[in-house]
Amino acid sequence: MEKQNLKGWLYLLPAMLFLGVFMVYPLIDVFIYSFEENFNSVSQSYTGVGLHNYLYVLHDPYFLQAVQNTFLLVIITVPLSTGLALLISLGLSSISKLRELFQTIFFLPYVTNTLAVGLVFMILFEKTAYTDGMVNMLINFFGGESVDFITGPYWAKMLVLCFYTIWVVLPFKILVLTGALASVGDTYYNAAKVDGANSLRRFTRITLPMISPSVFYLVVTGFIGAFKAYSDAVALFGTDLNVAGMNTIVGYVYDMLYGASGGYPSYASAAAIILFAIVLTITAINLLVSRKHVHY
Amino acid sequence: MKTDYQTLEKRAEISKRIGRGVIYVLLGIWALIVLFPFYWMLLSSVKSYSQYSSETVPQFITLHPTFENYATAFTAVPLAKYLLNTLIFTVATTAIMLIVTVLAAFGFSRMSFKGRDLAFTVFLAMMMIPNELVIITNFLTVTQLNWRDTFAGLILPSVTSVFYIYLLKENFSQVPDELYWAAKVDGTSDLKYLLRVMVPICRPTLVTITVLKAIECWNSYVWPRLITDDPDYYLVSNAIQSIRESGFGRENIPAMMAAVVVISLPLIALFLVFRKKIMAGVAQGGTKG
Repeated sequence: MEKQNLKGWLYLLPAMLFLGVFMVYPLIDVFIYSFEENFNSVSQSYTGVGLHNYLYVLHDPYFLQAVQNTFLLVIITVPLSTGLALLISLGLSSISKLRELFQTIFFLPYVTNTLAVGLVFMILFEKTAYTDGMVNMLINFFGGESVDFITGPYWAKMLVLCFYTIWVVLPFKILVLTGALASVGDTYYNAAKVDGANSLRRFTRITLPMISPSVFYLVVTGFIGAFKAYSDAVALFGTDLNVAGMNTIVGYVYDMLYGASGGYPSYASAAAIILFAIVLTITAINLLVSRKHVHY
Repeated sequence: MKTDYQTLEKRAEISKRIGRGVIYVLLGIWALIVLFPFYWMLLSSVKSYSQYSSETVPQFITLHPTFENYATAFTAVPLAKYLLNTLIFTVATTAIMLIVTVLAAFGFSRMSFKGRDLAFTVFLAMMMIPNELVIITNFLTVTQLNWRDTFAGLILPSVTSVFYIYLLKENFSQVPDELYWAAKVDGTSDLKYLLRVMVPICRPTLVTITVLKAIECWNSYVWPRLITDDPDYYLVSNAIQSIRESGFGRENIPAMMAAVVVISLPLIALFLVFRKKIMAGVAQGGTKG
């Protein structure tokens, strides 16, 4: 084949320009920022090089609050959403009528604007001076006390955030799992039936191993996605998440960068790198665990 | 014996039906949870302000629907302007992304040159770079370039999608080489071959990429928020946030809901038109979740 060296690179040039300027250079720069102490973005000057930014961030109560919130969110929503998605997908794969309709409905949250629908959730859960709101009406109906989910106690706010997060992430998980379930051939099930395996056994011995790569994929991406949670919290509690006590790590990064509390790119960089280190560690642990339990 | 067998079969049939019924009920409940917020926003958006605020117990239906909230949404805040901004942002970003992606995918799949495989590996590695890490420098870069509150600042950093290059490259590679050599014999230039042969053949993938990117653009919140202070350049997500915090006043929820409906509608329409394509595309490489 003739060599087309120059021409080949020419086709890649636009992509390389964009990636270089907005991805490779920033990636290197963020590490540099994170070690430059007292960096001033106006004068482009700094006083020293060291770990000061990391120490500052790790001792910042707002950051610790954000870490706590993020970890809680991850620990609650990843198993729940994956489990729920598995149940729904199993349900979907065992029916034939209305299946497509259900699939379409279940996918809707994926294509909606997180901020816009979050506002609806806020209104459903909010308790104001003149109305207790939709959800509290339900709670009252079952004999419970009204709770202020948006500006009230911590557990209530966390509950709404987890619920909304699960609502938002479920479509993707259902889609992946229904696809995986559909690819498990009938022959396996028929063979197992002939051998007299009951439905629970068929599920644990055939279905689960067959779809384990997809489940594992969802767990890994679920962890990564949940660690990066931010817009959902903004949608429910407003932009000032520190005051609401509901900030996430990503929210902390952006707050350090911009807005009333902004102007500290070095702290933002340090926090972002800490987040990245956490995500990398968790993903590595996931990979190690999967070696034992995932059947390819 | 015969009757025994029949009752057994009947019993199995009944328990199967009950099981199926339970599944339908459970799926129905989740469908209700998914649809309810949409119903609630539509409902609240057609309740008049006085009616909405006089309801201490929220009503599930309204007998006097009104469209005045939609008028308020477009007059009290520049909602049309926000929609136009988002449209410009979405169309421009998606268009530039398509050009960049098609060229790169063609280079990787059809051209043969020194360092191609190495470059492709580097590209793939870049898929793992989290946006949160690079956004800090991009924010400072754009600020220093004085690109805050400009479309250039909004669009250019949002263009690149390594994953789409990968997806299209895989698709381009499936086009048989014979077509290329035939075109070469006829004296067709590479670029002409790309536009006249490759692009039409791979149209389904291109449509998928376009629609997915458009959805992503329409919903993007973080980058536009960091880069725009001037409401003249707000996109819909930021607009919603600012409407909520100052806009109509925190109390006028029906007008807010009207704005939310207007913002959500284009995407839902797009989804219903391209339902199969979007779902297949997301299954292949969606990341939200």
